[in-house]
Amino acid sequence: MKEIQLFQDIVARPYDYARNWKKEHSRKIVGHFCSYTPEEIIYAAGALPFRIFGSGDAVSRSDEHLQAYSCSFVRSALADGLTGKLDFLDGTVFPHTCDTIQRLSDIWRINSGPGFHTDIGLPVKLNTASAGEYLKNTFKKFKTELSGNLGTDISADALISTAVLFNRLRRDMQRIFDLRREDPTVISGGDLQTIVKASMIMDRDAFSENLSAVVDNLKAAPSRPPKPLKRLVLSGGMCNISSMHALIEDCGAAIVRDDSCSGARYFEGAIRPDGDIIESIAERYIEKIECPAKHADLFRRGEALVETAKTSRADGVIFLFLKFCDPHAFDYPYIKGLLDKEGVASMLLEIEAPLPSEEQVKTRCQAFLETL
Amino acid sequence: MSDQTKPADPEKEKRKIKAVGKMKEIMTAYYIEAKTAEQTGRKIAWITSGGPVEPLIAMDVIPVYPENHGAMIGAAKMGPDLCEKAESMGYSRDLCSYARADIACAPVNGGPIGGLPKPDMLICCNNICGTVLKWYQVQARYFGVPLFIFDTPFCHTVFSAEARRYVRRQVDEYIQFLEDACKRRLDKDRMQAVGRLSLEGQRLWQAVLDTTAHKPAPMSAFDAFFQLALIVTLRGTQTVVDYYTALLAEMKERIENRISAVPKETYRLLWDNLPVWYRTRWLSEKFAAHEACLVADTYTSAWCGTIKYIDENDFLGSMAEAYSRIYLNIGVDEMANNVIAMIDKYRVDGVIMHSNRSCKPYSFGQYDIRKIIQRERGVPVLLIEADMVDERSFSESQVETRIDAFMEVLK
Ligand code: SF4
Ligand code: SF4
Repeated sequence: MKEIQLFQDIVARPYDYARNWKKEHSRKIVGHFCSYTPEEIIYAAGALPFRIFGSGDAVSRSDEHLQAYSCSFVRSALADGLTGKLDFLDGTVFPHTCDTIQRLSDIWRINSGPGFHTDIGLPVKLNTASAGEYLKNTFKKFKTELSGNLGTDISADALISTAVLFNRLRRDMQRIFDLRREDPTVISGGDLQTIVKASMIMDRDAFSENLSAVVDNLKAAPSRPPKPLKRLVLSGGMCNISSMHALIEDCGAAIVRDDSCSGARYFEGAIRPDGDIIESIAERYIEKIECPAKHADLFRRGEALVETAKTSRADGVIFLFLKFCDPHAFDYPYIKGLLDKEGVASMLLEIEAPLPSEEQVKTRCQAFLETL
Repeated sequence: MSDQTKPADPEKEKRKIKAVGKMKEIMTAYYIEAKTAEQTGRKIAWITSGGPVEPLIAMDVIPVYPENHGAMIGAAKMGPDLCEKAESMGYSRDLCSYARADIACAPVNGGPIGGLPKPDMLICCNNICGTVLKWYQVQARYFGVPLFIFDTPFCHTVFSAEARRYVRRQVDEYIQFLEDACKRRLDKDRMQAVGRLSLEGQRLWQAVLDTTAHKPAPMSAFDAFFQLALIVTLRGTQTVVDYYTALLAEMKERIENRISAVPKETYRLLWDNLPVWYRTRWLSEKFAAHEACLVADTYTSAWCGTIKYIDENDFLGSMAEAYSRIYLNIGVDEMANNVIAMIDKYRVDGVIMHSNRSCKPYSFGQYDIRKIIQRERGVPVLLIEADMVDERSFSESQVETRIDAFMEVLK
């Protein structure tokens, strides 16, 4: 499918895409690290919100700033920031996430990472009135700061139309996730992951247009004979290893749901496009299922994963964590216990980018699939 | 630390800090009180080390510190065992060893004091790290007791007006939470009195630490690691004020009588990060053998670092800022400035940084702090890789070689 090819080309060389886009459109680009970044506000300002995954090159530059016990995502992002790979960025935004990102922000600022630097002091709690008020105030403050940094006004109209656009593309993404849950042969997990990544770096209008075409094609596609694949759910944090989904599926599985930060969770919920629009944007972040570095409920994340496993008729769950990622590692025993109780098999894959050995991952996946 | 029953060496006897006995008494009484709370009908709150303890004291709730427990586990060299147990429960070895040890202790009442008394509530303040949030969630699920999260937004460069309002609102929510849990109103006068005692305790603790600006220093950071226990656990009580008043007097006396922590203090060093609890004795002897004294550290001073934000007449109101701006909740550059100020104040010749696998918020940024202080003060820095409780991440021979080499550079 040529639409998917377009996504693939972009995702294979995201930095080239960003540079060209900038030249072509004479617009600005704002880098960020986390799914709690209010991308809507950045896009409404006329700039491109660009999620930094880290290219995995020249990571040794990070050794001057970070100990070996930091996650490979942060190490690789920092290396890119320090070696000029991200020089197309007009600024970088750091929402409060985990202890590691928090220090990355300091290190980035002290060593003059590209462009302006903004910390968004998000609350860690999301379940109280005062935290909700604070989150909204933080977003409002961010809007003011951003508009100063970019030298542009951010109008309510622009925010509303951005909200509508983001709602549409999130809904379309949910559609693909749902289609695939019903019939994993419609699109491969690797391709879907490519689309997900594209959604975090591409011009969102162009992305949305291309995405609609993909949805139409997938719906129109003649149904294929079902394959005897094991149905898996992925759960975890940010996955910056692009080959991971394909690697797992090649072992004879279909990833029927990706529940990670860089998977379906990123597209949850919709913005009410009325009232104080910044507050509406904030509300979506408050209501969606929290990332493990946040606090809303002691049980919701675990219960949601059990529910996801059930509704997607999963044969098993793979926890895909980056090594040294504390928030996910703390939740693992509890959530695994819940799955055990429900009779859902699971396996923990702790990975680092670049993968030391693809073979080893394959062997473990195959062994796991055989037990299902 | 094991007390040997060899004939006392008068030289060593002279250097022993006399207050130590009293401290042991107070801490023993405190743990007995906490462990018998069930019989006396008092409530127990588990609270993080940087958490706002004063309202608990004012409400007659006994505060219990899992991190302090972690330190005891480390000092008793029970870390590796308990950490392994946590790993067998599914907790990654890369997680903070205080958390791992504590989580593993709970179901088996393990550790040097047979486990901590069960909590009636959990108070988690994330001004030290995000780890405590996850750790307290685990314990809230395990014990099934209410959890209050005191959320202090990170102050990379500023404490924003929005954050101030948010934290201030939480002070009221916290009081409400305690009133609900204790089914009693907070006595405002009592709260005000506790606030004053807390501030007084912090000032005295700072004064104790300040005595090491004297050459030679009457105590070392290793003493401070031990003497710290009270300002952490019982801040806001008269006991703390009395104890540190006596300790301060003893330090002044030592200065007058020229009794120093290290017999021949030639080099003055600053320690950064948590202690290596299972090797404090070894490290202290190692440095002393090089005629070096660790005169100050960034860790124990964290419990008196925000005095300037506290308003004596409005403790609850000013507490929001004081608890938000503690040492670990600020940017790396501000931390570096603090270190530089300490280098000047304590006339430090070198800095030892403990790169602590367990504590990411304390350790990430150390390389940049090192660069900044080398640039600003030209002071040599030694980085040693270890972990505060999990001895498996400590290589004695490697650390020894590095210390020896570093001391050669200083000489
Ligand atoms: S992968 Fe985990 S440790 Fe790394 S930045 Fe994300 S949340 Fe933090
Ligand atoms: S040692 Fe560090 S990570 Fe562990 S509880 Fe303390 S501040 Fe948090």
